[in-house]
Amino acid sequence: MTDTTTEKAAATAPTGAVGAAPEPAPAPRTARLRRGATPWLFLLAPLALLLTFTYAPIANMVAYSFTDWDGVSPELHYTGAENYAELFTRSDLFEVFWVSGYYLAASVFQIVAALYFATILSFNVRFRNFFKGVLFFPYLINGVAIGMVFLYFFQDGGTLDAVLGLFGVETDRAWLGTPESANTSLAAVSVWRYLGLNFVLFLGAIQSIPGELYEAAELDGAGRWHQFRYIIAPGIKPVLSLTVILSISGSLSVFEIPYIMTGGATGTETFVIQTVKLAFQFNKTGLASAAAVVLLLIVLAVTWVQRRLVPDDKVDLA
Amino acid sequence: MNRRTVLAMVTGALLLSACTGTGGSSQGAEAKAADDPSKVSGTITVLTHRTDLVQDGTMAKYATEFNKTYPKVKVEFDAITDYEGEVKIRMNTENYGDVLMIPAVIEKKDYPKFFASLGTQAERSKKYRFTDYTTVDGKVYGQSPLGAVPGFIYNKKVWQEAGITDWPTTPAGFLDDLKAIKSKTDAIPYYTNFKDMWPLTQWTDVNGSVSCDEQATTRLAEGDPWADGADLRTADTLLYDIVREGLVEKDPTTTNWEASKPRIAKGEIATMWLGSWAVIQMQGAAKQAGADPDDIGFMPFPAQKNGTFCAVAKPDYNQAVNIHSEHKEAARAWIDWFTDKSGYAADNLALSPLKEAPLPDVLKPYEEQGVKILDLDDALGAEVKSIDNQSEIGIYKPDYRQDLVDLARGATKGSLDDFLNGLGEKWTETQKSLGS
Repeated sequence: MTDTTTEKAAATAPTGAVGAAPEPAPAPRTARLRRGATPWLFLLAPLALLLTFTYAPIANMVAYSFTDWDGVSPELHYTGAENYAELFTRSDLFEVFWVSGYYLAASVFQIVAALYFATILSFNVRFRNFFKGVLFFPYLINGVAIGMVFLYFFQDGGTLDAVLGLFGVETDRAWLGTPESANTSLAAVSVWRYLGLNFVLFLGAIQSIPGELYEAAELDGAGRWHQFRYIIAPGIKPVLSLTVILSISGSLSVFEIPYIMTGGATGTETFVIQTVKLAFQFNKTGLASAAAVVLLLIVLAVTWVQRRLVPDDKVDLA
Repeated sequence: MNRRTVLAMVTGALLLSACTGTGGSSQGAEAKAADDPSKVSGTITVLTHRTDLVQDGTMAKYATEFNKTYPKVKVEFDAITDYEGEVKIRMNTENYGDVLMIPAVIEKKDYPKFFASLGTQAERSKKYRFTDYTTVDGKVYGQSPLGAVPGFIYNKKVWQEAGITDWPTTPAGFLDDLKAIKSKTDAIPYYTNFKDMWPLTQWTDVNGSVSCDEQATTRLAEGDPWADGADLRTADTLLYDIVREGLVEKDPTTTNWEASKPRIAKGEIATMWLGSWAVIQMQGAAKQAGADPDDIGFMPFPAQKNGTFCAVAKPDYNQAVNIHSEHKEAARAWIDWFTDKSGYAADNLALSPLKEAPLPDVLKPYEEQGVKILDLDDALGAEVKSIDNQSEIGIYKPDYRQDLVDLARGATKGSLDDFLNGLGEKWTETQKSLGS
């Protein structure tokens, strides 16, 4: 349920640090010029990549959102804000966001579970590295493969039914058969897949907390729960809020798993699947671009609201 | 405004203008047939969706055959798995092979911008089927190398076991037959292929078979496809009833197309709505599974007009010449040879694009039963497509039929009449707004 956009943000991070270097005594003009240009030369490659592969396509998409382009025709007409007007006057296009509710609920469960496992495995537990691997492994599998695997898993008489049968439970239900059941099943797959990522983020944050703190806490007579409540929880707050943002934006833009497993049938269509269908089935590339822009704005707005509600203040454990 | 914002805005503006620029188009070129085959020369690239035929060397054999007549032309094949998706994007450039199958997404009115004309319709329609599917302003832009006839693939043995000897002639009769299969055999009477989606879209090919009308496509463009008694309503109602009566597989959401082939061959599945093109695949699956290929039968949609069945001939992908090709003569030579002389249609047990050619073996039962084969008038085919896209109904897309199946098996609530009337309303409203 998360995205990998973080690495793009990391690429631009060094800019501030380099630009802020204090100027020494005035040097000859060429030397000064060279010194000024050096950081930019270093930045040339990452910036070129960033512009070509992130900002240019986005600019392109924004441009298309104001046209009636069908995706192939050499002709396109500027239609102004018509696509946006259509998007906001057709309620059926936004109804699909209800489906995101399933994934949102699932991501709450996912964060709690990841936090639980990360906390437990940060203490000295037997086979902890093995369990770390087990939890993280699903995240390494390609999304398409996961879709295929779980299709067999949920099949009539498939893995799930067989396993339940071992315990004497004969459900005889079509797991992807009704909208509720299908969405719940798909959200569960999503939890299975992304739990590992959240878990690793939490584990990393927990392990960056200095060990003396635990020792001191133990000397003061704090138990595991108190250690979690007063040391770990405040210590990982920034990572926690990052995870929440990623989960919300992830829930709004679910795509891979439902697209491969059900193709959006039986009430499992998400906003992104709908956008893809508009663009590539009904050749409304203009409208689909507008939908994508709107989704981007919604995710930005949610992030902004979340940052206002839970400000990212500096944590000081000492 | 500081320097950075200005810079950012300038960059943004540059990107906007640079990325949406459209190339110029050279409209109206013609790919003429050469008089002397030995003088045609050049290397041509043929884009094809038949990755299987390129891999097993069948296409190379065709090329060798072709070189006996046209020794100076070198043919190269570019097999593309995701044909539609990939070629659509390549067609934004000039580099999309010399010969290609026209992707379904290209609008008819844009054909003259992308493809070189093969001649006038008046002249070509004398010899070839399917010319009006690619005709714009009297000129033909593509030619399908084979045709197919939609129909039910069924396992003869299973149907016989259920005591059925004759093809059903009405939808009600068809339902009764499926019920008999359910009660008398272990087979699944009908398999929806719901999960793989595209087999559901094939139901749209019923259009024309019920009314036995060559103007069926025109009536889609001008009327309500879901009006009482209309072809698509009849087809959708039958599909709804089949699912409603529980005559399908237990869990449609996890069906598997590849696995369905040996299953119908072995008689685990009794019937599927596909087309004559599928017969060869099912027979192949039968051979692999150790079943009898002759058990695979083919029957028309259960509806008769004046006592005869009607079936529609549908083209496959149409082959066309890239308007930017440097070897248009060679490309044209390939299309002509592939259509007329390659034997491609016969190899695939398919309907030949040549009007005078006899029916393939697969359709022999049709000949015996006097099934009328219709060539639909596709003059308004482009209008139908644009209504379909604009209304987002998707009669050539799987979505609305998946909804129909969900409705029929009770996964979603509502009545069939409301559902179909709603589609009809959406369709006719879009018709009006498009002003056709």
